[in-house]
Amino acid sequence: MQEQQEKLTNKPRRCRVLGPVAYEYTAANTGSWRLERPDVDFSACIKCGTCEKYCPTNVITIKKDQKKCVEIDFNYCKGCGICANECPKKCIKMVPERSEG
Amino acid sequence: MHDIKHNSKGLIPHGMSACAGCGLELLIRKVMDVLGRDTIIIIPPGCAASFSGFGKETAIKVPGFQGNLENTAASAAGVRAALNAKGNTHTTVLGFAGDGGTVDIGLQSLSGALERRDRIVYICYDNEAYMNTGIQASSSTPYLAKTTTTPAGKPTARKNLMQIAIAHDIPYAATASIYNIADLQRKVKKAKDTDGPSLIHVHTPCPTGWRYDPSKTIEVARTAVQTGCWLLYEYQNGKATINYRPKELLPVENYIKLQGRFKGLTDEQIQEMQKYVIEDFNKCIKRLESVA
Ligand SMILES: Cc1ncc(C[n+]2csc(CCOP(=O)(O)OP(=O)(O)O)c2C)c(N)n1
Ligand code: SF4
Ligand code: SF4
Ligand code: SF4
Ligand SMILES: [Mg+2]
Repeated sequence: MQEQQEKLTNKPRRCRVLGPVAYEYTAANTGSWRLERPDVDFSACIKCGTCEKYCPTNVITIKKDQKKCVEIDFNYCKGCGICANECPKKCIKMVPERSEG
Repeated sequence: MHDIKHNSKGLIPHGMSACAGCGLELLIRKVMDVLGRDTIIIIPPGCAASFSGFGKETAIKVPGFQGNLENTAASAAGVRAALNAKGNTHTTVLGFAGDGGTVDIGLQSLSGALERRDRIVYICYDNEAYMNTGIQASSSTPYLAKTTTTPAGKPTARKNLMQIAIAHDIPYAATASIYNIADLQRKVKKAKDTDGPSLIHVHTPCPTGWRYDPSKTIEVARTAVQTGCWLLYEYQNGKATINYRPKELLPVENYIKLQGRFKGLTDEQIQEMQKYVIEDFNKCIKRLESVA
């Protein structure tokens, strides 16, 4: 269960905020949902940015000047596979996620 | 204003609770990239509500609130009126509602705002059913699609939201799709700059409700337009422009075979659907050309 806000904020005379408010900007660890992870063949990548544009979680960053030119934040990548499906060079492969060891 | 506990590119956190491959998650990011921080967002119940917060946590960096399913446009109009009273003309007020919250239960509220010429941006993300409550059919569910309330396929065609908006002769109305982000963002910018009500109806595939593999969200959206199941056009100051007009439509089968909600259609039904899509497409084009 989500913790509700403790302080009452519905006394307009004392407080400038009405009602319960969501004020904490946070993120859930959606990377733990993943069954498959995108694996990029950097040598075939043309850095077009298509995968970055279509990623629903916005976790891809293209680094034009680096050898590992497609950076993916695996804390949040849900493993949907849109990047792999849309890459014009087909240089992203979805590989099964394995536990360590 | 917010207690920032997560660094994100853009105004939406990377880890939020939409399904993997959700078209709506992509859409709200692209919309907020254009509208920016100076925006107040009103979201009704539905899948988008997960962005408006849960308990004390929020999944969007701009202020806003979750209204009721039936009054998104009225709530947005109220916020606009309050801002106007304070002399604030710069803040964008965005109503961001699903198809159920727009074409069914929120329709009279939307109609009121369009009639009053309230300066709001209204975006309907259309996943073609009541997804958040378990895939019930809405009046935007397409012909023959299976949902939990139309297990044998929906017997009637969808309602045409754009024609309803155009009947109000609002300054700006457009359809868009998440596969064409440049077109979508251009339209959102136009809506933001419109002095009066603007509406954008966005085709937003949903892997969970349409039953296809999450990797195919963009492919499904693209095929919908290529087969004529979704049209891209806009209506500005009394003039209509068709944004994408293929020489020849692809067979509707290309679109339906991607999705589980159309599984099990007989050959006759597929033919019937093909006939309906082409007729509807031509009818719509003809109607638009008469106001071009
Ligand atoms: C008056 C009213 N009736 C029913 C509900 C229950 N309800 C909550 S979300 C929802 C589905 C909304 O569908 P849609 O607007 O298409 O958004 P989606 O879930 O598809 O994103 C429903 C029916 C409600 N909140 N209010
Ligand atoms: S879509 Fe493919 S080619 Fe383009 S940047 Fe991404 S990985 Fe590289
Ligand atoms: S698998 Fe999905 S969430 Fe992960 S990087 Fe690719 S598009 Fe983004
Ligand atoms: S049910 Fe559909 S619209 Fe709702 S979060 Fe899941 S994919 Fe997105
Ligand atoms: Mg819906």
